[in-house]
Amino acid sequence: MKILVCITHVPDTTSKIAFTEGNTKFDQTGVQYIIGPYDDYALARAVELKEQTGGSITVLNVGEAETEPTLRKALAIGADDAIRINAFPKDSYFVANQIAQAAKEGNYDLILMGRESIDFNSGVVHSMVGELLSMPSLSPVMTLDIEGSTAKMTREIEGGKEYLEADLPLVLGCQEPIAEWKIPNMRGIMTARTKPLNVVEPTDDTAKTQLSTYEMPPAKGAVKMIDADNVSELVDLLKNEAKVL
Amino acid sequence: MSILVFIEISEGEIKKSSLEAVSYAAGIGGEVTAIAFGEASQEALAAAGKAGANKVLHVADEKYKQGNIQAYASALAAAVDTTGAETIVLAKSSLGDPVSARLAIKIGASLASNVTELPDTSNGFTVKRSIYTGKAFANVDLTEGKRIIGIKKNAAIIKEDGADAAVEAFAVNAEDADFKVKVTSQEKATGEILLPEADLVVSGGRGLKGPENWGMIEDLAKTLGAATGCSKPVSDMDWRPHHEHVGQTGIKVAPSLYIAVGISGAIQHLAGVNSSKYIVVINKDPEAPFFKAADYGIVGDAFEVVPKLTEAIKALNN
Ligand SMILES: Cc1cc2nc3c(=O)[nH]c(=O)nc-3n(C[C@H](O)[C@H](O)[C@H](O)COP(=O)(O)OP(=O)(O)OC[C@H]3O[C@@H](n4cnc5c(N)ncnc54)[C@H](O)[C@@H]3O)c2cc1C
Repeated sequence: MKILVCITHVPDTTSKIAFTEGNTKFDQTGVQYIIGPYDDYALARAVELKEQTGGSITVLNVGEAETEPTLRKALAIGADDAIRINAFPKDSYFVANQIAQAAKEGNYDLILMGRESIDFNSGVVHSMVGELLSMPSLSPVMTLDIEGSTAKMTREIEGGKEYLEADLPLVLGCQEPIAEWKIPNMRGIMTARTKPLNVVEPTDDTAKTQLSTYEMPPAKGAVKMIDADNVSELVDLLKNEAKVL
Repeated sequence: MSILVFIEISEGEIKKSSLEAVSYAAGIGGEVTAIAFGEASQEALAAAGKAGANKVLHVADEKYKQGNIQAYASALAAAVDTTGAETIVLAKSSLGDPVSARLAIKIGASLASNVTELPDTSNGFTVKRSIYTGKAFANVDLTEGKRIIGIKKNAAIIKEDGADAAVEAFAVNAEDADFKVKVTSQEKATGEILLPEADLVVSGGRGLKGPENWGMIEDLAKTLGAATGCSKPVSDMDWRPHHEHVGQTGIKVAPSLYIAVGISGAIQHLAGVNSSKYIVVINKDPEAPFFKAADYGIVGDAFEVVPKLTEAIKALNN
């Protein structure tokens, strides 16, 4: 089975978010970059599937040279080779279009990615890729089992889950508990250095949106502390000050 | 301007988040047509009019079940054609997101999801959207002639001053290629308030020590008419079902009131609750980071404070 796993290169979940240049650029000062947490689930499940059925895993990122350490980490976790499409990811459409072009050449049975990136939180790239390739797409997928050429899945829905079945090829946006994250071991880290990381140029530069400025939410007021012996004061504040009861 | 709104039905009624989408669309200004799929009475569908729809299209064909994302996207593309809609609005949800993405490709539209405010049309079409899991916003220009907007939950206020809308059947030429995915079954918590849509939420963390202690969280939630949530370790340990897990990697909520009991307030948990209007934190550790994000805080033992709080709210209700 040929699996493509698309990964995002995103600020660590604990990063302080700030902007520079008149709120038009993300401030990278002191920010650590990681594999998107949802993409980590996708990659972990891909590694398990490869262990079960054989085949290969290619990881792909649309990004500039700075994302290569993230791709190397994915190789250390168990991918066989990597593709970096050398472009700044302008918007969901741009990224989806680049992935779809690359996927056409690779002829993959399964294209896995996270349910959403944790920087832009759109949760749409997998479904755009599915549409561009005329393949079914599903998200957010919580479990995935492959039996022959059929995939059995559960998908999270509001207040529950849905059980689904479809034939490969498929594009899936993954989330927990599809697999446990894998941590690269020493051997993985050593072999990752020698695995191929192919840099390809983008096919075009079409985007359908344009980011103008960033904004920070208004600062939070100070917390009002209430004595544990006086919960009725809390109820009073919730009713008369916050007006939420 | 012609606007099309995709509305989701749950147990025969229009979902709250979809009514928010209808009112949002009415707020943009123009002719608002809503489209719904599945089993619902004419009365239930006509209620979209109160929230601001001028007309409701109904696809009753039972082929259109949950999970048929491709089929929904194709049907919406047909409805965009029929209505001449330039703007398509939907609620951000497990169905709305994938459907909007496929539709965007079909009709060549600009797409923005997680939108929190009405568009600014003074110079083009600019929307404000939540990014970095609620830690910031981006103003985004939708540059194509057609645009799709996914509304963040609780970002729009539901209007109730409209009149009932006319409901018309809408037939779609379903193509086999759109039904490659089979939905074999669904498992849904029934009769409960759904967490992603809830206006009030009571959440418990590892501080509750075990699933047997959830009774007091449920009592408080019931008294308030709130949904229940939990932190990630709680669902990881199977104390609570996965669909209650709130945070960066779980459900993102945006209620008027979020009550966190025995939750430390790790940044990944906060990422799922920072859009709440008011946050109450109950924790025995005065240094718990959650107090920094809270509006009201009580330092105390949950096992003493929560039952007292439930009683105090009961007293208020009587
Ligand atoms: C990439 C990543 C993603 C993550 N995503 C999420 C996510 O989506 N959601 C999430 O919740 N977590 C997430 N986490 C985990 C997160 O970092 C924390 O580990 C988690 O939120 C802690 O849960 P907790 O507060 O319930 O437990 P703890 O950290 O153990 O805190 C328990 C709290 O209960 C208090 N307490 C104990 N006894 C009592 C009592 N009797 N009365 C009152 N208070 C009491 C303690 O003082 C403490 O503050 C993620 C972590 C990573 C690395």
